[in-house]
Order: sequence, then C-alpha cells, then structure tokens
Amino acid sequence: MKKTIDDNDVEHIASLAALELSDEEKQAHKKHLQKMLDTFEALDRFDVSDVPPTAHILSAVNVLRDDIVAPSYPVDALLENAPQSEDGAYVVPRVVE
Amino acid sequence: MLKPTIGCEVHCELKTETKLFCGCKNEFGGDANTHCCPVCSGFPGTLPAHNRKAVEFAVKAGLALHCKISEFSKWDRKNYFYPDLPKAWQTSQYDLPLCIGGYVEFELDGEKKRVRLNRIHLEEDAGKLVHDGGISRVDYNRCGVPLIEIVTEPDMHSAEEVVAFLTELKSVLKYTGVSDVKMQEGSLRCDVNLSVSESENGEKLGTRTETKNLNSFRSVARSIAFETRRQIDLLESGGVVEQETRRFDDNKGIGYAMRSKEDAHDYRYFPEPDLLPVVMSAADIKRIADTIPELKDARIARYTEKLGLPDYDARVLTEDKDVSDLFDGVVKLGADAKKASNFIMSEVLRLAKSQSSEDVELKVSAEQLAEILKMSAADELNNLAAKQLLSFVWGTNVAPRAIAAEKGLLQSNDEGEIKAVFDRVVADNPKQTADFIAGNDKLRGYFVGQIMRASGGKANPKIINSLLDKLKN
Repeated sequence: MKKTIDDNDVEHIASLAALELSDEEKQAHKKHLQKMLDTFEALDRFDVSDVPPTAHILSAVNVLRDDIVAPSYPVDALLENAPQSEDGAYVVPRVVE
Repeated sequence: MLKPTIGCEVHCELKTETKLFCGCKNEFGGDANTHCCPVCSGFPGTLPAHNRKAVEFAVKAGLALHCKISEFSKWDRKNYFYPDLPKAWQTSQYDLPLCIGGYVEFELDGEKKRVRLNRIHLEEDAGKLVHDGGISRVDYNRCGVPLIEIVTEPDMHSAEEVVAFLTELKSVLKYTGVSDVKMQEGSLRCDVNLSVSESENGEKLGTRTETKNLNSFRSVARSIAFETRRQIDLLESGGVVEQETRRFDDNKGIGYAMRSKEDAHDYRYFPEPDLLPVVMSAADIKRIADTIPELKDARIARYTEKLGLPDYDARVLTEDKDVSDLFDGVVKLGADAKKASNFIMSEVLRLAKSQSSEDVELKVSAEQLAEILKMSAADELNNLAAKQLLSFVWGTNVAPRAIAAEKGLLQSNDEGEIKAVFDRVVADNPKQTADFIAGNDKLRGYFVGQIMRASGGKANPKIINSLLDKLKN
C-alpha cells in the first residue's frame, strides 16, 4: 500500500529531530520524504519473506578489544569546544524530563 | 478485587576495567569529566571499540540466570535528545539481544516462586546531570559504562514479591562477580511496570504505567504501594489509567507523571553501523560458563551438609557474597562454624547494615574476626566484650588483641582475683546471701550482676557461677 506523507508526518519527524521548520521548508521536505518513500517502494516488488534482515553490511563478526585502561583526555581539552562550562562540567540550559 | 500485576526492568552496571566502547576507566565518582575521551563524550567522527569483557560479563550473568545465550547478536541505536547522552543515541540492543528468557527463583513465605525473564541485553549507561536553577551541569564519567538491562515478564503481584525478586537477583549478580550491585551508587536501578486488573492470573490486564529509576528496595516497595492505590482509586471513581512514564519522589512519598503516551519517545531504532555483530559458539559459552564461581545454592549445600549448619543459618550467611566469603575465611582460619555463624548473623550483620543503606558493607577482615572468635572461644572475652571489640576493630586494620588490651576488654580468669571481689559482694549483701543459700535461685542474676560491675565487666561469668554454686553447698 502506498504511503503518502502529509503535513503531520513532516511535523512529527521534524520534532523527533528537534528541528523547527518554516512552512516553506515543511513543503520542501514533504516532497523529499515522499520521493524517498517512492524510491524504497521499488523493493516491494521482491519477495523477501525468507531473507533474514541485514544486521550489518560487512560479513565480519566479533570485532572486540581487550579490557585494558587507556589514558583519558585532559578535561580542558574536552571542554575546549563547549559553549559553556564550569568546574570541569559542561553547562547546558536546564532540561528536565 | 483489583490486584496489581508487575514487571521490572533492572539496570545493572558491569564491573569491567574500562567503558563499553573506549578505554576510559569504568570507576564510580571522580571529578567531572575526568574519565572521558572523545568517544564517550560523543564527539563527531569517533568510532566505538567494543569491550570483549563486557560481552562476556553479560553472557555470564545470563548463564547464572538460566537464559538462552544467542548465537547471533547485534547492536542498535536508540535515538533521543537529552544532554545525558551526547551522541543523541544510546547504543543498545533491540531485536537480537545477547540473552533470551531465563528466570529467578526465590522463596517467599515458605513458598517457592519463579519470575521469568524476557531478555537481557547489553547497552551503555548515560552521563549524570545536576540541575541548578536555570542550568544543568553535565558529567560524562558514567557515560559509556557497560550496563545490562534485565527485563522480566509481568509475573509479580505485590511489593513483597518484587523486593524478594530483586534481593535474589542482586545476590546472584554479586556471586557471578560481574557487578558491585550497589544501589547506593546506582550500579543497580529498577523501573517498575504496573497495572491493576480483576483477574488473578493477569488476564485482561489494565493499562500499565512505568515508574522509572528507583534506586532502593524501600522506594521500590513504596512506589508500588502508591501506584497500586492510585490506579485502584482512579478506576473505582470511574476514571481511566493513562499509559505514562512516572517518577517517584522518595522524600515526599508520592509518584508523579513525567510524560504521557502522546509525547512518549519514538526511539527510531536502527542497526548500529559502527559495531559488528557478536557470534557465540557453544565452545565460547562453555568457556564463559566455566568462569562462574560457586553460587549460592552450592554454598548452602556445603554449609548444611559439610559444616552441619542449620538451613536458616546457611541462607542468611549466603544472601550476600561478601558475608559468605567472610564466613568461609574465618572457618578456614580455624573458627568453629556454628559459633562463627552466630556471631556473624547477630553482630557483624548488625554493623554491616546499620549505615542507612541496603548494601552490606563489611569493614572487618577474616583475620580480625577469626582472632576475636578465637579469643572468645579461649574465654579471653565474654560475649559483651566480644561485641565491643568488634565495634572497635570495625573500619580499622588494627589487631583485635592489641585493642582488647588497650580498652581493658580482656576477661579475667584469675580465680583468686574474682574470689576477692566475690567475697566483698557477699559480705556487703548479708540478707541476699542468706536468701540465696536458703534456695532463692533468682538472686543468682543479682550476684552475677554485682560482681561483674565490681570487676569492671571483666570477670568470667563461668567462674562467678561456680563460686555461687560452692556458696550454696
């Protein structure tokens, strides 16, 4: 069944991505998202009921490292790009869930 | 009658040396952002390096909890914006977790109870936010610490059952050695899913709510009582329960809604492209299973069968691994098993649990405790003095014998010395002495008390009693 992207879909996706879009942008994204969906619809022509979902495009598995401590970074270096910091902590506007 | 049906999600931090995806130290506390690097701080362009030990610990926990270990397991991104996760997604497992099924078994009011597990998956912990006025301070020391999430089936129906389940789960996890399970430090936390319904067997469940991040057994029990009452009151007054996420305020003893279903998170899980799947062969699983140490049931059997302890003692001693290790330690150093058991169950556990925390904290070594028990067995300490000596030794590394001498706790076994005190007390109490000799044995306690006091609590009560017996004859 063909899915049509409407204004609500665009607004929902934008809010999940924490984006504020202008009306113009919303209309533009509506078109883009619709085009993407249409492209993926091409896959509906294939029967994939016996194909397991792809977990990863590479065939390698078990790429793991040993549990050995490596030096951490100096706090000052980490905080260098932070817009605001205090006593070694990043400072952000208060967000309470 | 409406009854609650409860399922839990338990988060448990794994005690690896390093974080899940980088070599930063996995350690509680420390100055803000001192155990951090570009990977766990979520800098763009960094790549995760998967910790083998964390995978093995998760499997080890799964095996101890009777789970089926997945041959093929993968990682996924759980997307959400919140400053405690700088990448804007949590690396977790969605459809193919490491461990499937399993159960926790425990006894409650003399009945065996089994709570089924749905799954255990491995994911990363988030950082810590400290809210202060209009800002939040962010510390990523905990960010990226390996965490297992243990999800139960909705098999519980009371706060007592949930607390008994958590107690047993905590005990098993501690025995396996994969976690410290310190609720105080947040290495064990619990989310409670609860609904109420008419039917006993949980058919036709009502709408459920989730109360998040409970970090003590007490707040788990209180939040369940609160939420059960709230849902029943709501339904009985004709209202409806909303599906929502809630928090419980431990200080006020009330729960409140955090977010409703309408603005519930849409996590948009998708396969993590930066991590490769993990494949476990039967040989891998066997190798990990072989690292599981002697667990509680085996210890209970050993204590009752080999050491001749009552079943009750064996259960109390093995509830916490540290306590059981301490007991094994003092018995190995020559202490009598039953005497050691009595002293640990009464005196040691009283001190270990008194620090306003549910986590047992032992601050006495097996060597120190064995010495106290040895002195006590040799009549060098009476019961009271042994108790006092333990509290003096607690939290120090000094030798008990030195403190006992310094504090004057050593028991006097000098019969001549005790006899002198005895004679004085008898002479000072002619009426009581006459009554005692005439057969009023109730006065025995009076005399023992007087003589103990006069000797500064040091006289061996056995010698006092034998002197009293002689007085009568």
